[in-house]
Amino acid sequence: MDGHSTYQPKSAAARWLESRLPVLGLVHSSFIVYPTPRNLNYWWNFGAILTFMLAAQIVTGIVLAMHYTPEATLALNSTEAIMRDVNYGWLLRYLHSNGASLFFFAVYIHIFRGLYYGSYKEPREVLWILGVIILLLMIATAFMGYVLPWGQMSFWAATVITNLFSAIPLVGRAITTWLWGGFAVDNPTLNRFYSLHYLLPFMIAGVVVLHIWALHVPGNGNPTGVPVKSKQDTVPFHPYYTVKDFFGLVVFLVLFAWVVFWIPNFMGHADNYIPANPLKTPAHIVPEWYFLPFYAILRSIPDKLLGVIALFAAIAVLVFVPWLDTSRVRSATYRPLYRQFFWIFVVVAILLGYLGSQPPEGVYVVLSRICTAYYFIHFLIILPVIGLIERPKPLPASITESVLAKVGTPAAAAAKG
Amino acid sequence: MATSDTADHGEPTRRDFLYIATGAVTAVGTALVAWPIVDQMNPDAAALALATIEVDIASVTPGMSLTVKWRGKPVFIRNRTPEEIEAAKAVPLSELKDPVARNENVPATANATDANRAAKDKENWLVMVGICTHLGCVPLGQQGDYGGWFCPCHGSQYDTAGRIRKGPAPENLAIPKYAFISDTVLRIG
Amino acid sequence: MTRVRLFLALAFAIGAVTPLAAEEAPAAANPTSFPLKEPEPQRWPFAGFFGRYDQAQLQRGFQVYKEVCSNCHSLKLVAFRHLAEEGGPGFTEEQVKALAATYKVPDGPNDAGDMFERPGRPSDHFPSPFPNEQAAAAAYNGAAPPDLSLMAKARAAERGPLLTILDFFTQYQEAGPDYIHALLTGFNETPPPGLKVPDGTYYNPYFLAAPSIAMPPPLTDGQVNYADGSPQTVDQYARDVAAFLMWAAEPHLVARKRVGFEVLIFLLVFGGLMYLTKRKVWSNVAH
Repeated sequence: MDGHSTYQPKSAAARWLESRLPVLGLVHSSFIVYPTPRNLNYWWNFGAILTFMLAAQIVTGIVLAMHYTPEATLALNSTEAIMRDVNYGWLLRYLHSNGASLFFFAVYIHIFRGLYYGSYKEPREVLWILGVIILLLMIATAFMGYVLPWGQMSFWAATVITNLFSAIPLVGRAITTWLWGGFAVDNPTLNRFYSLHYLLPFMIAGVVVLHIWALHVPGNGNPTGVPVKSKQDTVPFHPYYTVKDFFGLVVFLVLFAWVVFWIPNFMGHADNYIPANPLKTPAHIVPEWYFLPFYAILRSIPDKLLGVIALFAAIAVLVFVPWLDTSRVRSATYRPLYRQFFWIFVVVAILLGYLGSQPPEGVYVVLSRICTAYYFIHFLIILPVIGLIERPKPLPASITESVLAKVGTPAAAAAKG
Repeated sequence: MATSDTADHGEPTRRDFLYIATGAVTAVGTALVAWPIVDQMNPDAAALALATIEVDIASVTPGMSLTVKWRGKPVFIRNRTPEEIEAAKAVPLSELKDPVARNENVPATANATDANRAAKDKENWLVMVGICTHLGCVPLGQQGDYGGWFCPCHGSQYDTAGRIRKGPAPENLAIPKYAFISDTVLRIG
Repeated sequence: MTRVRLFLALAFAIGAVTPLAAEEAPAAANPTSFPLKEPEPQRWPFAGFFGRYDQAQLQRGFQVYKEVCSNCHSLKLVAFRHLAEEGGPGFTEEQVKALAATYKVPDGPNDAGDMFERPGRPSDHFPSPFPNEQAAAAAYNGAAPPDLSLMAKARAAERGPLLTILDFFTQYQEAGPDYIHALLTGFNETPPPGLKVPDGTYYNPYFLAAPSIAMPPPLTDGQVNYADGSPQTVDQYARDVAAFLMWAAEPHLVARKRVGFEVLIFLLVFGGLMYLTKRKVWSNVAH
């Protein structure tokens, strides 16, 4: 929102609206003529994919809420009535439960894109921090949503995670009791989680608006990390990126369809089809896959309070990445040393995820501790040090120059316009 | 690439055809996605399963009524006495506030004669939705000036064939689709 | 290190670590991880991309449930009318009505304030053999036989990380039926020496929770008379009832895969069109 739009309303009705509430001009300047670097690759599609997934979760969630009953003795049966009797209920439920997984899959790719290309660096620090806030809200929303079917995993995951708060000194027990609305996870907990699960996605939507606003102030980053220097560096968002985003979305939907229609219970846990039983704990309590790395970090610290602190620190450390990374160069394309550590970090993150799914015994414990240590070392030591000692490759003078270098002779490029 | 730029003479070019096709497929896709979201609000299989009920009326002797719940609404099943039948038959159509039968089992324009209100060939049986056609209260049986039903909410009075005679209700009590599947079992809906 | 080498290292690490962890497993006389034996994957007509239920199998499986399992196990989430739905055992409306009427279903209170029983209707759910959970537990030494409506989705043995990744592509979703089949045919194995089998339980190495299960072997050869001539063996009964229970847990599976196929075709066509559109739009811009 940097100045007045160039939008000229075409019809009298449009002129009438525009002079009273310039939404049309806002859409025009933000998503139609908005100058976007011409060299964005497909890793940049995930912002649009995420926006679609948020909308999809909200729509499927609202229609599911028309049939779900948030009461401990009725919840599982109401979800089964949705699966069996509601028209297309099976489809809406599987879209929503698997949509959450695909939502996190996309968000992790989106975050790793940011880490690779330095999207968090000046002047996009606030954009990045808003992103971390969105991630936190997503984690809270997904956690509460998983409790709603009131299966064994719903109940015991809720018990384990709410019990974490009792680690806080002095006020921990009181906070946990307040969260529960009782002396253990029970019907009051279920009801309030339902209310908040319905609320939080709209807060996510609000922060997403801020996130896009914070992006549009400096404009998009790009794979070279070199800022936009002239109009030649950019193309209007429509039709170039509307069409490209739409295409990327369709590819993503193929993956979504594969999961929803053929392996809808792949990401879930069989124990969640067992009605919640407060008197019987499942053999292995495991969260959904997207929480596994954080679960591994939590369990790797033998002290209860320090484990909780490590869990929150693992997300909090992301906030400081713009300052922890001391490199003057944004994109890992030109940072050969950082690039290697980036991929090591990816491997460690995936390994942490695997370790989170295993029982905390034997060699898994040792490995979890090593990987947890490495996770923090990457952010707190490697990022700052690499930026100082690394010799980056020479940067292109501009986006246009890097595109032309890729495309071939200047004559051929000129012929393309 | 230059060939497709000469699109100004109004003929759709190959490029336009691609865009039109893509746009059309997008529209179709959107409609296909929207349908389940809309359809889930329609009555589900459990509700539809209760759309038809069977009622055993063997124990309903002349002068007795049975009220059952059908589609969430009360249905009056009455085995009328000969006096009630005679009283209903004696009323000329011109005296009726609502001369239309309001019976799903006969044509919509049929008159509200007793024959068109009572069960076919079993004129002692009267089956009606027990909801006052004024504002929806449940009328009380065998009360009121006409020996039929009386609605306590605003004073509507129905006769022994369930036809509105006095009061604010505009229509006779509705008769749902029903059939005798045997002499003692009624299927409603 | 190149990316490829890094990922190979990751795969090696996971592959190497898993058996290492297993080495920690204590002796056979005091096992702590279950099941003792992984279920053997079976061929199921409803598995895979074009999978669908075999109607005859579902009917046989229902017969096994009705004649054997329903004496102890409820099926509360399934209503009689579901048996007539598309993609299921293929009963007609009349058959469902007749079947329902043979059951006594609790209802009430009546006008006198009493609960009573009446013949079932298609809209009723299968009645439970016990009035409540506590009665079921009391009848069986504290171990209430669980409801079977979701059993085929509520049991899955661990497959390890590599098989799990493969399952994503092979669309393996039959861990439940494989488990049920293995459990029901797994009662005649001999326990390893030194393993104590508590009284009132039966050794079954396929059981997910312990070395022995409180349920006595429910199936014997020739127990159920199949009208269609299928083999009347424990293995066949187990297979058929597992398939029936899969339907009970996932009645819309056939519609799901059919709609999925249609959606996939649509998305592939649509994706193709979008790709061509994208190429066209970007054709005159260096990028």
